[in-house]
Amino acid sequence: MISAAQTPLALIAELTHRCPLHCVYCSNPLELGRRDGELTTEVWSRVFREAAEAGVLQVDFTGGEPLARTDIVELVRAARESGLYVNLITSGLPLDEVRLDELVHAGLDHFQLSFQGAREESANEISGTKAHAHKLRVLDWLKTSRLALTLNFVIHRRNIDQLDEMLELGESSSASRIEFANVQYYGWAFANRENLLPTRAQLDRSVEILRPAADRLRGKIQIEFVVPDYYAKYPKACMGGWGQKFMLVAPNGDALPCHAARIIPGLHFDNLKNRSLLEIWERSEAFQKFRGEEWMPEPCKSCDRRARDFGGCRCQALLLTGDAKATDPVCFLAPQRSKVDALLAAVNGHSAEPVTKPSWLYRSNPA
Amino acid sequence: MTPELNSRPCLAVGCRLNDKGQPSRVLHMPERALRLNGPSLEIIERCDGKRTVREIISELQKLYSKAEPKKVEEDILGYLARLHDQRALDFSSDKADRSTEAQ
Repeated sequence: MISAAQTPLALIAELTHRCPLHCVYCSNPLELGRRDGELTTEVWSRVFREAAEAGVLQVDFTGGEPLARTDIVELVRAARESGLYVNLITSGLPLDEVRLDELVHAGLDHFQLSFQGAREESANEISGTKAHAHKLRVLDWLKTSRLALTLNFVIHRRNIDQLDEMLELGESSSASRIEFANVQYYGWAFANRENLLPTRAQLDRSVEILRPAADRLRGKIQIEFVVPDYYAKYPKACMGGWGQKFMLVAPNGDALPCHAARIIPGLHFDNLKNRSLLEIWERSEAFQKFRGEEWMPEPCKSCDRRARDFGGCRCQALLLTGDAKATDPVCFLAPQRSKVDALLAAVNGHSAEPVTKPSWLYRSNPA
Repeated sequence: MTPELNSRPCLAVGCRLNDKGQPSRVLHMPERALRLNGPSLEIIERCDGKRTVREIISELQKLYSKAEPKKVEEDILGYLARLHDQRALDFSSDKADRSTEAQ
């Protein structure tokens, strides 16, 4: 039975899984897409045209590192000419002033620069690369370019005490938005979770810092704060509902309902090399799987919030309960909430921080 | 904030209207998009950095002449303030311009 689909609103284009950084919380799948399987400039350009025709408003260029594509300027131009709003989600490497200028002229609308922290040493530890100093240079170049800027600080136990310094860095930049996005636990982050998940005391303190900062900066810089799902009472409306708003295209052209959907057993993903975007959106089995409410178990099925949070995240349900159809266990009403509480109890039971460097599992690079 | 009547609103960098040819009109902003119709589109199209807030209000009052003028003004000021908080609008208050106008 086919549930009615709305028009897709945003296309998440994972242009490549190659990346000069090796962040321990990378949201890419553990099995990375191969370089020789990446879509060509021509196929991507067709996908952008089909997306705009299907009603998509925005494309997010991400990866891996989208700047690792040598045709990135052409891709930005093709997306913009299709009528899409073009957003680049990047580590800022590899980039120089000439390339930045080319991107602006090709029609780039918005630049989202990620930071692993405000202190060089700890940021470099998290990314497994000496990247921080270069990011500061990119910030300087952006001051003189006419480009909207969002800074994205990825927050976790080992940098959540640097919020004041992060704010200072953000305020000295040309950013109109700053995101403080706590790590969510999928992919590489799930593997490194015990060294990343903050304590409740840390999280409470972070709210005390960021709430007044958001008030103080209103009208100047927009502050966004995302808490770790595990500490929430209700689940997030993951992707705005399965197959409702987003299509993610993997480097090889596979169309996915979200970043992590590949972990769900038995899902088959159609590929944009062989089928049109609209056809996949409307009919593909993967997009139908959890679209609407028919798949829902109790307590979601009869819950007043089901049209607001759509039962939460299918991938989180799978990772924590072994069943992708289960109610997202972060929900306080979920039958398996105790699994999340046990994880929180373990983190909040430690009194002192270990001083030694954890044995991180660093994100690797694809073949 | 309440927008100054003599300031000139314009779309902030990273915010733009989509092309006229597309089926529905949208204000693109970093990380979100606003569907526009009727009055909201009429307001945004006038945020060109040339018109003052006062001029936009007066044009909309003419356009929606059946509506209570005071209500039109309040709605516009509220809408502009909200878009400013969302970092979609900048207001330039150019004193030199105003003195030129006064002469």
